[in-house]
Amino acid sequence: MAETDTRTEPVVAAPDLEYPGERSGKCPFAPPAELLALHEDGKPVARARIWDGSTPWLVTGHAAQRAVLSDPRVSSDEKQPGFPHPTRAQAENAPHHPLTIFNADGAEHTRIRRTMTSPFTRNRMERLRPEIQRFTDELIDQMLDGPKPVDLVTALSLPLPSLMICALLGVPYEDHEFFQEHAAVANKRFKTADDDRRAMEALGGYLTKLLQQRMEEPAEDVLSDFAGRVTAGELTLPDATLLCMVLLIAGHETSANMITLGTALLLERPDQLERLRTADDPGFLANAVEELLRYLTIPHLGQRRVAREDIEIEGETIRAGEGIIVPLPAGNWDPQAFPEPEKLDLGRPARHHHTFGWGVHQCVGQQLARIELQVVFGTLFRRVPTLRLAVDREALEFKGDSLAYGVHQLTVTW
Amino acid sequence: MKVVVDEEKCVAAGQCVAAAMDVFDQRDDDGIVVLLEENPPPELADDVRNAAAVCPALAIRITD
Ligand code: SF4
Repeated sequence: MAETDTRTEPVVAAPDLEYPGERSGKCPFAPPAELLALHEDGKPVARARIWDGSTPWLVTGHAAQRAVLSDPRVSSDEKQPGFPHPTRAQAENAPHHPLTIFNADGAEHTRIRRTMTSPFTRNRMERLRPEIQRFTDELIDQMLDGPKPVDLVTALSLPLPSLMICALLGVPYEDHEFFQEHAAVANKRFKTADDDRRAMEALGGYLTKLLQQRMEEPAEDVLSDFAGRVTAGELTLPDATLLCMVLLIAGHETSANMITLGTALLLERPDQLERLRTADDPGFLANAVEELLRYLTIPHLGQRRVAREDIEIEGETIRAGEGIIVPLPAGNWDPQAFPEPEKLDLGRPARHHHTFGWGVHQCVGQQLARIELQVVFGTLFRRVPTLRLAVDREALEFKGDSLAYGVHQLTVTW
Repeated sequence: MKVVVDEEKCVAAGQCVAAAMDVFDQRDDDGIVVLLEENPPPELADDVRNAAAVCPALAIRITD
Protein backbone atom coordinates (compact mmCIF):
# COMPACT_ATOMS: atom_id res chain seq x y z
CA MET A 1 0.00 0.00 0.00
CA ALA A 2 1.16 3.51 -0.73
CA GLU A 3 1.44 5.93 2.14
CA THR A 4 -1.22 8.15 0.69
CA ASP A 5 -4.12 9.01 2.93
CA THR A 6 -7.02 7.68 0.92
CA ARG A 7 -9.54 9.21 3.32
CA THR A 8 -9.00 12.82 2.25
CA GLU A 9 -11.37 13.33 -0.65
CA PRO A 10 -9.62 15.31 -3.36
CA VAL A 11 -11.57 18.36 -4.40
CA VAL A 12 -13.16 17.51 -7.72
CA ALA A 13 -15.44 19.89 -9.50
CA ALA A 14 -18.73 18.09 -10.15
CA PRO A 15 -18.08 16.47 -13.52
CA ASP A 16 -20.81 17.06 -16.07
CA LEU A 17 -19.97 13.74 -17.65
CA GLU A 18 -22.40 11.03 -16.59
CA TYR A 19 -21.24 7.49 -17.20
CA PRO A 20 -22.37 5.32 -18.95
CA GLY A 21 -25.01 7.77 -20.20
CA GLU A 22 -27.25 7.06 -23.14
CA ARG A 23 -26.12 6.23 -26.64
CA SER A 24 -27.09 9.01 -28.97
CA GLY A 25 -29.70 7.99 -31.50
CA LYS A 26 -27.54 9.09 -34.42
CA CYS A 27 -25.79 5.77 -34.97
CA PRO A 28 -26.66 2.85 -32.71
CA PHE A 29 -23.43 1.12 -33.75
CA ALA A 30 -21.25 3.98 -32.51
CA PRO A 31 -20.01 4.46 -28.95
CA PRO A 32 -21.75 7.23 -26.96
CA ALA A 33 -20.99 10.69 -28.35
CA GLU A 34 -19.80 11.99 -24.94
CA LEU A 35 -16.99 9.44 -24.94
CA LEU A 36 -15.89 10.31 -28.45
CA ALA A 37 -15.93 14.00 -27.54
CA LEU A 38 -13.20 13.30 -24.97
CA HIS A 39 -10.87 12.32 -27.82
CA GLU A 40 -11.57 15.65 -29.53
CA ASP A 41 -10.96 17.52 -26.28
CA GLY A 42 -7.66 15.69 -25.87
CA LYS A 43 -8.71 14.13 -22.56
CA PRO A 44 -7.70 10.46 -22.55
CA VAL A 45 -8.17 10.41 -18.76
CA ALA A 46 -11.08 12.30 -17.15
CA ARG A 47 -13.50 12.14 -14.24
CA ALA A 48 -17.09 10.99 -14.64
CA ARG A 49 -20.08 10.58 -12.36
CA ILE A 50 -21.63 7.12 -11.96
CA TRP A 51 -24.89 5.74 -10.53
CA ASP A 52 -23.90 6.05 -6.85
CA GLY A 53 -22.76 9.66 -7.19
CA SER A 54 -19.05 8.82 -7.00
CA THR A 55 -16.62 10.21 -9.56
CA PRO A 56 -14.14 7.56 -10.72
CA TRP A 57 -11.65 8.08 -13.53
CA LEU A 58 -12.67 7.36 -17.07
CA VAL A 59 -9.81 6.19 -19.28
CA THR A 60 -10.80 6.59 -22.91
CA GLY A 61 -7.53 6.90 -24.88
CA HIS A 62 -6.17 3.75 -26.53
CA ALA A 63 -2.63 4.22 -25.18
CA ALA A 64 -3.91 5.21 -21.75
CA GLN A 65 -6.13 2.11 -21.64
CA ARG A 66 -3.11 -0.09 -22.37
CA ALA A 67 -1.09 1.63 -19.67
CA VAL A 68 -3.80 1.26 -17.03
CA LEU A 69 -4.85 -2.29 -17.88
CA SER A 70 -1.29 -3.60 -17.80
CA ASP A 71 -0.24 -1.76 -14.63
CA PRO A 72 0.22 -4.13 -11.66
CA ARG A 73 -0.69 -1.26 -9.30
CA VAL A 74 -4.19 -1.32 -10.75
CA SER A 75 -6.49 -3.86 -9.09
CA SER A 76 -9.54 -5.84 -10.22
CA ASP A 77 -10.48 -6.64 -6.64
CA GLU A 78 -14.12 -5.60 -6.35
CA LYS A 79 -13.94 -5.85 -2.55
CA GLN A 80 -11.50 -2.91 -2.31
CA PRO A 81 -12.99 0.36 -1.13
CA GLY A 82 -13.34 2.82 -4.00
CA PHE A 83 -14.07 0.11 -6.57
CA PRO A 84 -16.51 1.59 -9.11
CA HIS A 85 -19.26 -1.03 -9.23
CA PRO A 86 -21.33 -0.98 -12.42
CA THR A 87 -24.69 -1.45 -10.69
CA ARG A 88 -26.25 -1.41 -7.25
CA ALA A 89 -26.83 -5.19 -7.48
CA GLN A 90 -23.14 -5.79 -8.07
CA ALA A 91 -22.16 -3.44 -5.26
CA GLU A 92 -24.46 -5.35 -2.91
CA ASN A 93 -23.27 -8.77 -4.01
CA ALA A 94 -19.55 -7.99 -4.26
CA PRO A 95 -18.73 -8.87 -0.63
CA HIS A 96 -20.20 -12.35 -1.20
CA HIS A 97 -18.59 -13.01 -4.57
CA PRO A 98 -16.09 -15.86 -4.57
CA LEU A 99 -12.61 -15.32 -5.92
CA THR A 100 -12.71 -15.72 -9.72
CA ILE A 101 -10.57 -14.93 -12.70
CA PHE A 102 -12.39 -11.57 -12.94
CA ASN A 103 -11.74 -10.18 -9.48
CA ALA A 104 -8.34 -11.67 -8.58
CA ASP A 105 -4.99 -9.90 -8.89
CA GLY A 106 -1.35 -10.89 -9.26
CA ALA A 107 -0.28 -14.39 -8.27
CA GLU A 108 -3.82 -15.41 -7.26
CA HIS A 109 -5.09 -14.40 -10.65
CA THR A 110 -2.29 -16.25 -12.45
CA ARG A 111 -3.06 -19.40 -10.46
CA ILE A 112 -6.76 -19.33 -11.35
CA ARG A 113 -6.17 -18.33 -14.95
CA ARG A 114 -3.73 -21.17 -15.54
CA THR A 115 -6.40 -23.69 -14.56
CA MET A 116 -8.64 -22.34 -17.31
CA THR A 117 -6.46 -21.67 -20.33
CA SER A 118 -5.40 -25.09 -21.59
CA PRO A 119 -8.64 -25.95 -23.46
CA PHE A 120 -8.48 -22.64 -25.34
CA THR A 121 -5.06 -22.57 -26.96
CA ARG A 122 -4.92 -21.20 -30.46
CA ASN A 123 -4.03 -24.54 -32.03
CA ARG A 124 -6.76 -26.46 -30.21
CA MET A 125 -9.29 -23.91 -31.40
CA GLU A 126 -7.92 -24.13 -34.92
CA ARG A 127 -8.52 -27.90 -34.81
CA LEU A 128 -12.19 -27.18 -34.00
CA ARG A 129 -12.62 -25.17 -37.20
CA PRO A 130 -14.07 -28.06 -39.24
CA GLU A 131 -16.63 -28.76 -36.53
CA ILE A 132 -17.55 -25.07 -36.31
CA GLN A 133 -17.95 -25.08 -40.09
CA ARG A 134 -20.17 -28.17 -39.92
CA PHE A 135 -22.44 -26.68 -37.22
CA THR A 136 -22.64 -23.41 -39.18
CA ASP A 137 -23.58 -25.16 -42.41
CA GLU A 138 -26.21 -27.29 -40.69
CA LEU A 139 -27.79 -24.26 -39.03
CA ILE A 140 -27.85 -22.37 -42.32
CA ASP A 141 -29.36 -25.43 -44.08
CA GLN A 142 -32.12 -25.53 -41.48
CA MET A 143 -32.68 -21.82 -41.83
CA LEU A 144 -32.97 -22.03 -45.63
CA ASP A 145 -35.34 -24.99 -45.38
CA GLY A 146 -37.58 -23.23 -42.87
CA PRO A 147 -40.08 -20.40 -43.17
CA LYS A 148 -38.94 -16.85 -43.81
CA PRO A 149 -38.50 -14.27 -42.49
CA VAL A 150 -36.59 -15.68 -39.57
CA ASP A 151 -34.92 -14.29 -36.46
CA LEU A 152 -31.19 -14.72 -36.97
CA VAL A 153 -30.62 -14.85 -33.21
CA THR A 154 -32.59 -18.06 -32.79
CA ALA A 155 -31.63 -19.51 -36.18
CA LEU A 156 -27.85 -19.03 -36.00
CA SER A 157 -26.28 -16.48 -33.65
CA LEU A 158 -27.21 -18.13 -30.36
CA PRO A 159 -27.21 -21.83 -31.30
CA LEU A 160 -23.76 -21.80 -32.92
CA PRO A 161 -21.64 -20.60 -29.98
CA SER A 162 -23.88 -22.52 -27.58
CA LEU A 163 -23.34 -25.75 -29.52
CA MET A 164 -19.61 -25.13 -29.54
CA ILE A 165 -19.17 -24.32 -25.88
CA CYS A 166 -21.42 -27.29 -25.00
CA ALA A 167 -19.35 -29.63 -27.17
CA LEU A 168 -16.13 -28.30 -25.67
CA LEU A 169 -17.23 -28.42 -22.04
CA GLY A 170 -19.34 -31.55 -22.36
CA VAL A 171 -22.59 -29.87 -21.33
CA PRO A 172 -25.64 -31.49 -23.01
CA TYR A 173 -26.98 -29.07 -25.62
CA GLU A 174 -30.55 -30.29 -24.91
CA ASP A 175 -30.36 -28.21 -21.72
CA HIS A 176 -29.67 -25.00 -23.63
CA GLU A 177 -32.95 -23.29 -22.80
CA PHE A 178 -32.28 -23.74 -19.11
CA PHE A 179 -28.76 -22.34 -19.09
CA GLN A 180 -29.32 -19.64 -21.71
CA GLU A 181 -32.13 -18.26 -19.60
CA HIS A 182 -29.99 -18.08 -16.46
CA ALA A 183 -26.97 -16.78 -18.33
CA ALA A 184 -29.15 -14.01 -19.77
CA VAL A 185 -30.02 -12.92 -16.20
CA ALA A 186 -26.34 -12.88 -15.30
CA ASN A 187 -25.71 -10.61 -18.29
CA LYS A 188 -28.40 -8.07 -17.39
CA ARG A 189 -27.32 -4.71 -16.14
CA PHE A 190 -30.39 -3.89 -14.07
CA LYS A 191 -30.90 -7.24 -12.35
CA THR A 192 -31.72 -7.35 -8.67
CA ALA A 193 -29.17 -8.85 -6.32
CA ASP A 194 -31.67 -11.65 -5.59
CA ASP A 195 -32.30 -12.51 -9.24
CA ASP A 196 -28.58 -12.62 -9.81
CA ARG A 197 -28.02 -14.96 -6.87
CA ARG A 198 -30.86 -17.24 -7.92
CA ALA A 199 -29.54 -17.55 -11.48
CA MET A 200 -26.05 -18.33 -10.17
CA GLU A 201 -27.37 -20.95 -7.79
CA ALA A 202 -29.41 -22.66 -10.47
CA LEU A 203 -26.45 -22.80 -12.86
CA GLY A 204 -24.09 -23.82 -10.08
CA GLY A 205 -26.28 -26.71 -8.96
CA TYR A 206 -26.59 -27.89 -12.54
CA LEU A 207 -22.84 -27.83 -13.22
CA THR A 208 -21.94 -29.42 -9.89
CA LYS A 209 -24.13 -32.37 -10.82
CA LEU A 210 -22.45 -32.72 -14.21
CA LEU A 211 -19.01 -32.52 -12.58
CA GLN A 212 -19.95 -35.24 -10.12
CA GLN A 213 -21.08 -37.46 -12.99
CA ARG A 214 -17.74 -36.92 -14.74
CA MET A 215 -15.86 -37.75 -11.55
CA GLU A 216 -17.45 -41.18 -11.81
CA GLU A 217 -17.44 -41.51 -15.56
CA PRO A 218 -14.86 -39.28 -17.26
CA ALA A 219 -15.26 -38.42 -20.94
CA GLU A 220 -13.23 -36.45 -23.50
CA ASP A 221 -14.27 -32.96 -22.47
CA VAL A 222 -13.36 -29.97 -20.33
CA LEU A 223 -15.79 -30.91 -17.55
CA SER A 224 -13.90 -34.19 -17.22
CA ASP A 225 -10.57 -32.31 -16.98
CA PHE A 226 -11.94 -30.24 -14.13
CA ALA A 227 -13.56 -33.29 -12.52
CA GLY A 228 -10.18 -35.04 -12.68
CA ARG A 229 -8.53 -32.15 -10.92
CA VAL A 230 -11.16 -32.26 -8.18
CA THR A 231 -10.49 -35.98 -7.72
CA ALA A 232 -6.75 -35.30 -7.60
CA GLY A 233 -7.31 -32.70 -4.88
CA GLU A 234 -6.03 -29.80 -7.02
CA LEU A 235 -9.39 -27.99 -7.07
CA THR A 236 -12.42 -28.01 -4.79
CA LEU A 237 -15.76 -28.96 -6.31
CA PRO A 238 -17.20 -25.44 -5.72
CA ASP A 239 -14.14 -23.90 -7.42
CA ALA A 240 -14.44 -26.22 -10.40
CA THR A 241 -18.15 -25.40 -10.62
CA LEU A 242 -17.40 -21.71 -10.68
CA LEU A 243 -14.75 -22.02 -13.39
CA CYS A 244 -17.11 -24.05 -15.58
CA MET A 245 -19.88 -21.52 -14.99
CA VAL A 246 -17.65 -18.67 -16.13
CA LEU A 247 -16.76 -20.59 -19.30
CA LEU A 248 -20.35 -21.57 -20.03
CA ILE A 249 -21.78 -18.06 -19.60
CA ALA A 250 -18.97 -16.20 -21.31
CA GLY A 251 -18.86 -18.83 -24.04
CA HIS A 252 -22.11 -18.05 -25.77
CA GLU A 253 -23.64 -14.65 -24.99
CA THR A 254 -20.78 -12.56 -26.31
CA SER A 255 -20.20 -14.40 -29.58
CA ALA A 256 -23.95 -14.57 -30.18
CA ASN A 257 -24.26 -10.80 -29.88
CA MET A 258 -21.25 -10.28 -32.10
CA ILE A 259 -22.70 -12.47 -34.86
CA THR A 260 -26.07 -10.68 -34.79
CA LEU A 261 -24.76 -7.16 -34.50
CA GLY A 262 -22.00 -7.76 -37.05
CA THR A 263 -24.59 -9.00 -39.54
CA ALA A 264 -26.81 -5.98 -38.89
CA LEU A 265 -23.86 -3.65 -39.46
CA LEU A 266 -22.67 -5.38 -42.64
CA LEU A 267 -26.17 -5.29 -44.14
CA GLU A 268 -25.93 -1.51 -43.85
CA ARG A 269 -22.52 -1.31 -45.48
CA PRO A 270 -22.98 -3.09 -48.83
CA ASP A 271 -19.54 -2.09 -50.10
CA GLN A 272 -17.78 -3.69 -47.13
CA LEU A 273 -20.11 -6.68 -47.26
CA GLU A 274 -19.14 -7.19 -50.89
CA ARG A 275 -15.44 -7.16 -49.98
CA LEU A 276 -16.10 -9.78 -47.34
CA ARG A 277 -18.20 -11.98 -49.61
CA THR A 278 -15.71 -11.99 -52.44
CA ALA A 279 -12.52 -12.24 -50.39
CA ASP A 280 -10.64 -15.46 -51.00
CA ASP A 281 -7.74 -14.65 -48.70
CA PRO A 282 -8.16 -16.09 -45.20
CA GLY A 283 -5.85 -13.34 -43.95
CA PHE A 284 -8.30 -10.71 -45.18
CA LEU A 285 -11.19 -12.52 -43.54
CA ALA A 286 -9.32 -12.80 -40.24
CA ASN A 287 -8.55 -9.09 -40.28
CA ALA A 288 -12.11 -8.23 -41.29
CA VAL A 289 -13.30 -9.99 -38.13
CA GLU A 290 -10.86 -7.89 -36.06
CA GLU A 291 -12.24 -4.72 -37.64
CA LEU A 292 -15.81 -5.80 -36.86
CA LEU A 293 -14.76 -6.58 -33.28
CA ARG A 294 -13.16 -3.15 -33.02
CA TYR A 295 -16.09 -1.31 -34.50
CA LEU A 296 -18.79 -2.91 -32.39
CA THR A 297 -17.05 -3.62 -29.04
CA ILE A 298 -19.69 -5.97 -27.63
CA PRO A 299 -18.41 -5.66 -24.00
CA HIS A 300 -19.47 -2.03 -24.01
CA LEU A 301 -19.94 -1.09 -20.39
CA GLY A 302 -16.37 -0.57 -19.29
CA GLN A 303 -13.84 -2.60 -17.34
CA ARG A 304 -13.73 -1.69 -13.66
CA ARG A 305 -10.56 -1.24 -11.61
CA VAL A 306 -9.27 0.51 -8.52
CA ALA A 307 -5.80 2.00 -7.97
CA ARG A 308 -3.73 0.41 -5.20
CA GLU A 309 -1.06 3.11 -5.37
CA ASP A 310 -0.78 6.59 -6.85
CA ILE A 311 -0.35 6.39 -10.61
CA GLU A 312 0.70 9.08 -13.06
CA ILE A 313 -0.94 8.75 -16.41
CA GLU A 314 -1.20 11.20 -19.30
CA GLY A 315 -0.51 14.09 -16.93
CA GLU A 316 -3.15 13.07 -14.37
CA THR A 317 -2.55 11.49 -10.99
CA ILE A 318 -4.87 8.68 -10.07
CA ARG A 319 -4.61 8.31 -6.30
CA ALA A 320 -4.59 5.11 -4.32
CA GLY A 321 -8.17 4.03 -3.60
CA GLU A 322 -9.69 5.84 -6.58
CA GLY A 323 -11.89 3.96 -9.00
CA ILE A 324 -11.06 3.57 -12.67
CA ILE A 325 -13.41 2.74 -15.53
CA VAL A 326 -12.05 1.70 -18.90
CA PRO A 327 -14.77 1.94 -21.59
CA LEU A 328 -13.32 -0.35 -24.24
CA PRO A 329 -15.45 1.10 -27.12
CA ALA A 330 -13.76 4.47 -26.60
CA GLY A 331 -10.25 3.02 -26.97
CA ASN A 332 -11.42 1.25 -30.11
CA TRP A 333 -12.61 4.56 -31.57
CA ASP A 334 -9.53 6.59 -30.60
CA PRO A 335 -8.42 8.32 -33.82
CA GLN A 336 -4.80 8.15 -32.63
CA ALA A 337 -4.94 4.36 -32.87
CA PHE A 338 -7.54 4.00 -35.64
CA PRO A 339 -7.69 6.98 -38.04
CA GLU A 340 -11.27 7.87 -39.00
CA PRO A 341 -12.62 5.36 -36.50
CA GLU A 342 -16.22 5.83 -37.65
CA LYS A 343 -15.27 4.31 -41.00
CA LEU A 344 -15.78 0.56 -41.16
CA ASP A 345 -12.80 -0.53 -43.23
CA LEU A 346 -12.38 -4.29 -43.27
CA GLY A 347 -8.90 -3.92 -44.73
CA ARG A 348 -7.37 -1.61 -42.11
CA PRO A 349 -4.91 -2.97 -39.56
CA ALA A 350 -7.23 -3.65 -36.62
CA ARG A 351 -5.66 -6.34 -34.47
CA HIS A 352 -4.65 -3.91 -31.76
CA HIS A 353 -8.28 -3.30 -30.71
CA HIS A 354 -9.36 -3.72 -27.08
CA THR A 355 -12.55 -5.70 -27.52
CA PHE A 356 -11.11 -8.69 -25.65
CA GLY A 357 -9.61 -6.35 -23.06
CA TRP A 358 -5.91 -5.81 -22.51
CA GLY A 359 -3.40 -6.95 -19.93
CA VAL A 360 -3.49 -10.11 -17.85
CA HIS A 361 -7.30 -10.20 -17.78
CA GLN A 362 -7.64 -10.44 -21.56
CA CYS A 363 -10.41 -12.83 -22.61
CA VAL A 364 -9.58 -16.51 -22.18
CA GLY A 365 -11.93 -17.64 -24.95
CA GLN A 366 -10.87 -15.12 -27.58
CA GLN A 367 -9.34 -17.62 -30.01
CA LEU A 368 -12.56 -19.64 -30.03
CA ALA A 369 -14.61 -16.50 -30.62
CA ARG A 370 -12.35 -15.45 -33.49
CA ILE A 371 -12.67 -18.74 -35.33
CA GLU A 372 -16.44 -18.85 -34.82
CA LEU A 373 -16.72 -15.35 -36.27
CA GLN A 374 -14.40 -16.09 -39.19
CA VAL A 375 -16.45 -19.15 -40.09
CA VAL A 376 -19.86 -17.47 -39.70
CA PHE A 377 -19.07 -14.24 -41.56
CA GLY A 378 -17.13 -16.18 -44.19
CA THR A 379 -20.06 -18.56 -44.78
CA LEU A 380 -23.36 -16.76 -44.18
CA PHE A 381 -23.10 -14.11 -46.92
CA ARG A 382 -21.67 -16.54 -49.46
CA ARG A 383 -24.40 -19.08 -48.92
CA VAL A 384 -27.19 -16.51 -48.61
CA PRO A 385 -26.10 -13.69 -50.93
CA THR A 386 -29.52 -12.05 -50.90
CA LEU A 387 -29.73 -11.89 -47.10
CA ARG A 388 -31.43 -8.67 -45.98
CA LEU A 389 -33.36 -7.15 -43.10
CA ALA A 390 -37.05 -8.01 -43.15
CA VAL A 391 -37.96 -5.09 -40.88
CA ASP A 392 -37.10 -1.39 -40.87
CA ARG A 393 -33.76 -0.65 -39.30
CA GLU A 394 -35.65 1.71 -36.94
CA ALA A 395 -37.46 -1.33 -35.56
CA LEU A 396 -34.25 -2.91 -34.26
CA GLU A 397 -34.06 -2.91 -30.48
CA PHE A 398 -30.54 -2.41 -29.23
CA LYS A 399 -29.40 -3.96 -25.94
CA GLY A 400 -28.31 -0.89 -24.05
CA ASP A 401 -29.13 -2.62 -20.77
CA SER A 402 -27.03 -5.77 -21.18
CA LEU A 403 -23.38 -6.28 -20.33
CA ALA A 404 -22.92 -7.39 -23.93
CA TYR A 405 -24.15 -4.98 -26.60
CA GLY A 406 -26.28 -6.29 -29.43
CA VAL A 407 -29.82 -6.38 -30.79
CA HIS A 408 -32.59 -8.46 -29.27
CA GLN A 409 -33.81 -9.78 -32.62
CA LEU A 410 -32.68 -9.57 -36.18
CA THR A 411 -35.48 -10.52 -38.53
CA VAL A 412 -33.98 -11.38 -41.90
CA THR A 413 -35.13 -12.77 -45.18
CA TRP A 414 -33.49 -13.66 -48.52
CA MET B 1 16.58 -10.60 -34.40
CA LYS B 2 16.47 -12.37 -31.06
CA VAL B 3 13.25 -13.16 -29.21
CA VAL B 4 12.86 -13.61 -25.46
CA VAL B 5 9.64 -14.74 -23.81
CA ASP B 6 8.71 -14.44 -20.16
CA GLU B 7 6.71 -17.50 -19.13
CA GLU B 8 5.90 -15.96 -15.77
CA LYS B 9 4.10 -13.06 -17.40
CA CYS B 10 2.33 -15.04 -20.13
CA VAL B 11 -1.45 -15.35 -19.67
CA ALA B 12 -1.97 -17.83 -22.51
CA ALA B 13 -4.03 -15.52 -24.69
CA GLY B 14 -2.66 -17.16 -27.84
CA GLN B 15 -2.19 -13.86 -29.64
CA CYS B 16 1.45 -14.59 -30.45
CA VAL B 17 0.53 -17.89 -32.12
CA ALA B 18 -2.15 -16.15 -34.16
CA ALA B 19 0.39 -13.57 -35.31
CA ALA B 20 3.43 -15.80 -35.91
CA MET B 21 2.73 -19.51 -35.74
CA ASP B 22 6.17 -20.49 -36.98
CA VAL B 23 7.80 -18.79 -34.04
CA PHE B 24 5.38 -19.29 -31.13
CA ASP B 25 3.35 -22.17 -29.81
CA GLN B 26 1.45 -22.81 -26.58
CA ARG B 27 2.06 -25.61 -24.11
CA ASP B 28 -0.82 -28.07 -24.17
CA ASP B 29 -1.39 -28.38 -20.45
CA ASP B 30 -1.59 -24.69 -19.50
CA GLY B 31 -1.42 -22.67 -22.70
CA ILE B 32 1.84 -20.96 -21.74
CA VAL B 33 3.92 -19.64 -24.63
CA VAL B 34 6.59 -21.87 -26.17
CA LEU B 35 9.30 -20.20 -28.22
CA LEU B 36 9.97 -22.34 -31.31
CA GLU B 37 12.51 -20.09 -32.91
CA GLU B 38 14.82 -17.92 -30.83
CA ASN B 39 16.41 -16.32 -33.87
CA PRO B 40 13.64 -16.05 -36.46
CA PRO B 41 14.68 -15.41 -40.06
CA PRO B 42 14.25 -11.86 -41.45
CA GLU B 43 11.15 -12.78 -43.48
CA LEU B 44 9.30 -13.45 -40.21
CA ALA B 45 10.48 -10.26 -38.53
CA ASP B 46 7.26 -8.33 -39.15
CA ASP B 47 5.07 -11.14 -37.84
CA VAL B 48 7.21 -11.43 -34.73
CA ARG B 49 7.07 -7.68 -34.09
CA ASN B 50 3.32 -7.92 -34.53
CA ALA B 51 3.18 -10.78 -32.03
CA ALA B 52 5.07 -8.75 -29.45
CA ALA B 53 2.76 -5.80 -30.04
CA VAL B 54 -0.47 -7.76 -29.56
CA CYS B 55 0.68 -9.77 -26.53
CA PRO B 56 -1.58 -8.39 -23.80
CA ALA B 57 0.79 -9.45 -21.04
CA LEU B 58 3.89 -7.82 -22.58
CA ALA B 59 5.59 -11.19 -22.29
CA ILE B 60 7.54 -11.00 -25.56
CA ARG B 61 10.71 -8.98 -25.91
CA ILE B 62 12.72 -8.48 -29.09
CA THR B 63 16.38 -7.60 -29.11
CA ASP B 64 18.30 -6.92 -32.27
S1 SF4 C 1 0.41 -13.52 -26.67
FE1 SF4 C 1 1.56 -13.21 -24.79
S2 SF4 C 1 0.20 -13.90 -23.19
FE2 SF4 C 1 -0.60 -14.71 -25.09
S3 SF4 C 1 0.29 -16.79 -25.26
FE3 SF4 C 1 1.62 -15.38 -26.36
S4 SF4 C 1 3.15 -14.77 -24.85
FE4 SF4 C 1 1.47 -15.67 -23.72
